[in-house]
Amino acid sequence: MTTMTMAQALNAALRDALREDERVLVFGEDVGPLGGVFRVTDGLTKEFGEDRCFDTPLAEAGIVGLAVGMAMGGFRPAVEMQFDAFAYPAFEQIASHVAKLRNRTRGRLSLPMVIRIPYAGGIGGVEHHCDSSEAYYAHTPGLKVVTPATPDDAYWLLRDAIADPDPVVFMEPKRLYWSKGEITPADRRAGGFGQAVVRRAGRDATLVAYGPSVPVALQAAESAAQDGISLEVVDLRTIVPFDDETVVASVRKTGRCVVVQEAQGFAGVGAEIAARVQERCFHSLAAPVLRVAGFDIPYPPPILEHAHLPDVDRILDTVDRLQFGDEPDLLHLAREVS
Amino acid sequence: MSVRTSRQAVDGLLPSPEPVRFIAEDGTAVPAPAGYPAPADEQLLEAYRRMVLGRRFDRQATALTKQGRLAVYPSSRGQEACQIAGVLALREDDWLFPTYRDCVALVSRGMDPVEVLTLLRGGWHCGYDPAATRVAPQCTPLATQTVHAVGMAEALRRKGEDGVVMAFIGDGGTSEGDFHEALNYAAVLHAPVVFFVQNNKYAISVPLARQTAAPALAYKGIGYGIPSEQVDGNDLVAVLSVLTEAVRRARSGGGPFLVEAHTYRMDAHTNADDATRYRETEEVERWESADPLARLETYLRGRGLLDDEAVAAAHSAAEEYAARLRDEMNADPETDPFELFDHVFAEPTPQLREQRALLAAELTAPED
Ligand SMILES: Cc1ncc(C[n+]2csc(CCOP(=O)(O)OP(=O)(O)O)c2C)c(N)n1
Ligand SMILES: [Mg+2]
Repeated sequence: MTTMTMAQALNAALRDALREDERVLVFGEDVGPLGGVFRVTDGLTKEFGEDRCFDTPLAEAGIVGLAVGMAMGGFRPAVEMQFDAFAYPAFEQIASHVAKLRNRTRGRLSLPMVIRIPYAGGIGGVEHHCDSSEAYYAHTPGLKVVTPATPDDAYWLLRDAIADPDPVVFMEPKRLYWSKGEITPADRRAGGFGQAVVRRAGRDATLVAYGPSVPVALQAAESAAQDGISLEVVDLRTIVPFDDETVVASVRKTGRCVVVQEAQGFAGVGAEIAARVQERCFHSLAAPVLRVAGFDIPYPPPILEHAHLPDVDRILDTVDRLQFGDEPDLLHLAREVS
Repeated sequence: MSVRTSRQAVDGLLPSPEPVRFIAEDGTAVPAPAGYPAPADEQLLEAYRRMVLGRRFDRQATALTKQGRLAVYPSSRGQEACQIAGVLALREDDWLFPTYRDCVALVSRGMDPVEVLTLLRGGWHCGYDPAATRVAPQCTPLATQTVHAVGMAEALRRKGEDGVVMAFIGDGGTSEGDFHEALNYAAVLHAPVVFFVQNNKYAISVPLARQTAAPALAYKGIGYGIPSEQVDGNDLVAVLSVLTEAVRRARSGGGPFLVEAHTYRMDAHTNADDATRYRETEEVERWESADPLARLETYLRGRGLLDDEAVAAAHSAAEEYAARLRDEMNADPETDPFELFDHVFAEPTPQLREQRALLAAELTAPED
């Protein structure tokens, strides 16, 4: 067992993938000698040479389009988008080609490629460096969308993503890059990809979270426990494929559910989760499924981001509205009256 | 520090000031252009037969739209010299990245015409096997295929294969960002790829003058360090010669090349378009007299390579081909609604399995 930061775990995953499979290539902006702006590709060019890990010209559609062609030609590119908002130039390539090539060609071509995207906020970044863009990708049929919350998951999910026969958008929560954790020994972990995990068991309500929101949900559960409320925390790990089974089993057990996401709430992944939970767990629910999310605003300037980001208090306030007494949801009623 | 660009380096990247030409519009030979060998006579005869076939195919496809057998068809009538030369310049193991307008090129490569038309018939998005044919799916998002072509070229190079990739693109498509990213990537990677612009003067209704202020599209190469050439796109001999040279160069490690062919889209953008809204009949008529097929025929006859018999044989082969195509297209394509779920991922997700079952229930429910 080794302790690593998430960035180091991702680096180890790329390194091991490059070592094990010569078809794997890493490219993007500043990923070569610099090692990427978050150092996720640190040392890879040195170890594997410029052929296997290289800097591209500055053009994101070009990076993704090049990866499409190289994957068609038998390689397994794992490319880096420097930041969430700077992946947008590549969106046409992602939505029209990466997501669709297998389907368009009736399975005759496939695209085993990974697009790594550092995403979300909480690091005091200036505008265009903090977008939560996961819903765009999750909404696009044909893409798998993955987001780790621990270094161990970061390592294994990235290994799984690179080995996957389909394209994977691998969303890395920036603020967790420096979080530390233990990595399990090198023998391949069974499962994980496509499977949510119960991070903390509880009785009274389920918090469903993913990526950057998982540690916040865990802190909220810790704090609630001190008040005698037992919260279960489910970490999705992969948004697509979505693990209905684990989420549903948890909510049927606890009877209450709060979905937590950092992204703006409207039409987000959390809305999808809330809908799925109430469709499947209606008879087990003692209260409506509630959501905790960022506000529906462009990502705020750094000094104000604390006001936007869902924190422990926002989660606990929402848990309080889960009708543990027999009173209805007063907050909603109050809004309707005023 | 002083910066100086060598005149020689610049000149080496520029296209000829006038499009390369072997045949005048009246079908007579012009003095041979420097640096471009004339293709072998046998290859020109083969090109002629393929042009006859391609034109007949194109006419049949347009007819099929009227019979409701094709959802839409973008004709390439008038562009046959480009379509056929592009294919003849490539080996079978080279890759071709076509657009929606390049059906004639694909059938000319020997692909099953029904498979080529599957996209436009609406049976599936791509009817052929790209891996087996080494032809990427016909691409509609403009210019996006040019970047894939660079990736494929880079893949071939890395695998030690001496294959070349040719990316087809229209004049309008050269305004898209992806085209510029593709040129730049190709140059930086020194990838064995040929960009082939069929400048047919229109992007749907928008004329070339609104598309660019460049002296010619071929000049877009120099900014990226890519050598380029412009060619008379209605002169089969010229297009074939220039493309063959570009492919030879790429294959022997010379890097990417850009070719602009000046041609003309004789028909509307597609059967659904009304070209009289944006161009004059006189303009179209002027281009009729530059017809690439008539031009090649006159040229070959003039050189004693083609006689009435050979012309008749080419036409009757084309008629047979068209009749077979019509019959095959008259049968309804076989489709399976459940296939909609089969290729989204290698393994369908649990959600896709549920939705498949839902569709099955809908399709088997008794009608009320
Ligand atoms: C990215 C994108 N924008 C718009 C369109 C719609 N569209 C289809 S064909 C076309 C014109 C393209 O013109 P050109 O590149 O000259 O090719 P041509 O059709 O003349 O062969 C347009 C605008 C598209 N397919 N893709
Ligand atoms: Mg055009």
